[in-house]
Amino acid sequence: MREIITKIKEITGNIATLHATGIGLGELALIQSPGKSTLGQVIRVSGDLVALQVFGGTKGLSTDDKVGFLGHPMQVKYGPSMLGRIFNGSGVPIDGGPDPVEEEIEIGGPSFNPANRIIPKSMIRTNIPMIDVFNSLVVSQKLPIFSIPGEPYNPLLARVGMQAEADIIILGGMGLKFDDFTFFKRVFEESGVMNRVIMFMHLASDPVVECLLVPDMALAVAERFAESGKRVLVLLTDMTNFADSLKEISISMEQIPSNRGYPGDLYSQLASRYEKAVDMEGLGDITILAVTTMPGDDVTHPVPDNTGYITEGQFYLHHGAIDPFGSLSRLKQNVVSKTTREDHNDIMNTMIRLYSDCRESRNKIAMGFKLSKWDETLLAYGGDCERELMDLNVNIPIEEALDKCWDILGRHFDPVQTGLKENLTKKYWSDKAKIQKAA
Amino acid sequence: MSFVKGRVVAGYGNMITASFETNVRQNEVAYVVTGDQRVKAEVIRVRGDQCYMQVFEDTRGIKVGDVVEYTGDLLVVELGPGLLKQIYDGLQNPLPQLAEKTGLFLKRGVYLDALDRATPWDFTPIAKVGEAVEAGSLLGSVPEGIFTHQIFVPFNFIGQAKITWMANPGSYTVAQTIATVENSQGKTFDLNMVQEWPIKIPLKKYDERLLPVDPLVTGCRIIDTFYPVAKGGTSCIPGPFGSGKTVLQQIISRYADVDIIIVAACGERAGEVVETLREFPHLVDPYTGKTLMERTIIICNTSSMPVAAREASIYTAITLGEYYRMMGLHVLILADSTSRWAQALREMSGRLEEIPGEEAFPAYLQSRIAEFYERAGLVRLKDGRTGSVSVIGTVSPAGGNFEEPVTQGTLAVVGAFLGLTWARSNARRFPAIDPLTSWSKYPDQMRETLDKIDPEWIQMIKDAQKTIFNGSEVRKRMDVVGEEGTSMSDFILFLKSEFLDAVYLQQNAFDAVDAYNTMERQVYVFRTIRSIIRKEIVPKDKDEARNLFFRLTSLFRNWNYSVWDSEEFKGYEQQINQFLES
Repeated sequence: MREIITKIKEITGNIATLHATGIGLGELALIQSPGKSTLGQVIRVSGDLVALQVFGGTKGLSTDDKVGFLGHPMQVKYGPSMLGRIFNGSGVPIDGGPDPVEEEIEIGGPSFNPANRIIPKSMIRTNIPMIDVFNSLVVSQKLPIFSIPGEPYNPLLARVGMQAEADIIILGGMGLKFDDFTFFKRVFEESGVMNRVIMFMHLASDPVVECLLVPDMALAVAERFAESGKRVLVLLTDMTNFADSLKEISISMEQIPSNRGYPGDLYSQLASRYEKAVDMEGLGDITILAVTTMPGDDVTHPVPDNTGYITEGQFYLHHGAIDPFGSLSRLKQNVVSKTTREDHNDIMNTMIRLYSDCRESRNKIAMGFKLSKWDETLLAYGGDCERELMDLNVNIPIEEALDKCWDILGRHFDPVQTGLKENLTKKYWSDKAKIQKAA
Repeated sequence: MSFVKGRVVAGYGNMITASFETNVRQNEVAYVVTGDQRVKAEVIRVRGDQCYMQVFEDTRGIKVGDVVEYTGDLLVVELGPGLLKQIYDGLQNPLPQLAEKTGLFLKRGVYLDALDRATPWDFTPIAKVGEAVEAGSLLGSVPEGIFTHQIFVPFNFIGQAKITWMANPGSYTVAQTIATVENSQGKTFDLNMVQEWPIKIPLKKYDERLLPVDPLVTGCRIIDTFYPVAKGGTSCIPGPFGSGKTVLQQIISRYADVDIIIVAACGERAGEVVETLREFPHLVDPYTGKTLMERTIIICNTSSMPVAAREASIYTAITLGEYYRMMGLHVLILADSTSRWAQALREMSGRLEEIPGEEAFPAYLQSRIAEFYERAGLVRLKDGRTGSVSVIGTVSPAGGNFEEPVTQGTLAVVGAFLGLTWARSNARRFPAIDPLTSWSKYPDQMRETLDKIDPEWIQMIKDAQKTIFNGSEVRKRMDVVGEEGTSMSDFILFLKSEFLDAVYLQQNAFDAVDAYNTMERQVYVFRTIRSIIRKEIVPKDKDEARNLFFRLTSLFRNWNYSVWDSEEFKGYEQQINQFLES
């Protein structure tokens, strides 16, 4: 600790300003009040004035509290003894265990050199057909789950987390309700994966600045594990709370808001976190799955909107199921019909196109129109799709799911009606279903 | 080198305020010395005895009192042989070389030469000793891959000069002197193959700008046939996320019939650039038979890289384009995405505490966008040849709403608008360019060239657009009155427009054959489709009509998937002709 300042000049929102010299941008400070201490980070210097963003919040902060500068930016511990542990947004253990004795690493490190990136080519199996068949998850992908509050996004996140093949799972919770926190803890403990999980938890009642640190800490640790050859899955929930914290801080810093009060650099802020997802050639990789709740189910809200431009696709969670429209995995083309079966690509597109037509037929019913034969075929098809594929409880490997697709198509259509390539229908068309239909 | 010195006075985000000793220039480059690192910055405002600088890198650790060195030069790029095949960041740092030097991650304060100083080039002199030269005069050439890279007297050379010495043919590096000139004041200059040009100033050492009249074939049917782009023209592709902007850009970067492609990945995902930079060295250019990388430069300033360099990246790309245009080449700049560039402007504007315009974008947004797109164009060079820079820029409108400032600012200055919509992408109708709202100003401008394809071509396209439009009108009515309330003739019209959409406007980017259509194939297939659309069809009932078009669509799709002029292709064609004759 280098310098003790005992006079805080100004306190606004989460920002404390004081006189100090020789202080660098981003440097960490320790603020000691009687009976407690909190960390703060330098976000602005001007002449001999230094503005600190106080992690623990400024509630109860006194102008004569002691402030000491640590001479380095925010750090987090990294090492094997972190596994199975739970930390808060300042990196302090909250599971009752001791402080791990490990190396300290800087958070928010530099960007991965794009020239070192490789095209990811392996699929992560989840055994959820709506993901595996229609929007395959690929190693090093960053995917948000767009959801309205109330949908089972945390259970879905936990399920993917448990079933996906990863060496280490890092869970970053932002603005999490206590119930959700205990849910994750229980699920990971009961399924026996807790020994490869690290949790950074910011609860809804914790100071808002700590929320901003959670993804940075989770990703800094993930990055180091990936460098040491581990396959890391980072689960973040909920990034909308993160963005709201950004908004709160930037407004109290008197920044001009751009859209619905969010700062102009929201895109860059989110991107610098999501872009940590990477497949390091010959080493490990980081895959990010993040929940973004959409206020008012509005995907044009700045948070989901900016997220959509950053991430490699998105899953929409509607009525307890992954919506086939809008949901998209941009990297699926790297694996679909390349590491998976040859019919995967065409069957996926055809199924969705027909399901979209089915939805139009449903609109016709809603409008009270007479249905054509074609409409009735589509309706029957749509019903089967929903029951046998889309339900989130369906738990089958991808090969089985593809067969199921052919089976459903065969039950309702002639090959020519599907527009599928001839060479595929010749090979895979399910005659069995046709016979059943005739009978 | 002696610098004007100064000191850091304040810092916030990536903006630093600093004092200076004597004088500074607006937009000059300065370095902030922090610890053992020198971090690049650009002066963006001068006020009294202080100036504001945007720092191109992370500002962590910068302190009040740190030394600032002002270079006196504007932000420049290096021009010379060796630019092709390179992957640069927004400030023209070669990323693969950086990777060798700094490992997996980008390190702050490391700047490398954009052009390798050790690579030898096979120089052939053209100018002779005693010749009078000026900025932009041709000195000689070197082969650069499949191109002849011309070596000019630097474009920023001031006044007239005479060549006093010329290098013999042979092998030289870019830094070696290849000519010596003496100006009228008797001052001599040693010229080599590398020169610098400030990125924010257009390179205009050509004779005159011409009206673009030749189509730029992208291989994408809906663009080339319906909403074409001209060589030297501009177009924009706005679209919400997930509507297929990136795939469309990648397809264009592969198949566009230009000499050189410059991909400016500006504030977008790194993963997307990776596909380009890992695959291009293995993909064959359909025009030259060489790999695509031979004609490509990638400027890669992805979303997690510093914002100020993102702002510069788009200018870096277009300056390199203008340089190759001076050699009589046709260059296409793919800027993805101009919205991220506009956001970089917004971030800086906010830190400068400027009065914000709409959605907090700065008031000068529109003029900056116009300035950028106006740097495209077809030009006649001093030696009579022509060269062009075309720009296709993507826009990422917030919420897919085209009313926002960046889209509107762009629409005001471009020649073609290819609007992507969620409605089409959700229905898996790719490319999701909306045929009802998109437009291009080029067909009329290119009339003479297009008439050579077929004197009726433009009329045929207009008819087809009408079919699409009428079909969608029928569809809207059908949504209200239902299929049973629709007359047979309207219903057939609807099916015809759906058919045209399915087999011509839609194109499978992931099918090796369908991904790219030559103009020859487009014209051929389009004529056949036109015959179908003009054919009188009298079915028994609507189900029969629907089934008929199912068959036709399936037939044409398979036709699209078969290799041009192959047996398979002819087989499907025969079946189609049988139908037409029936």
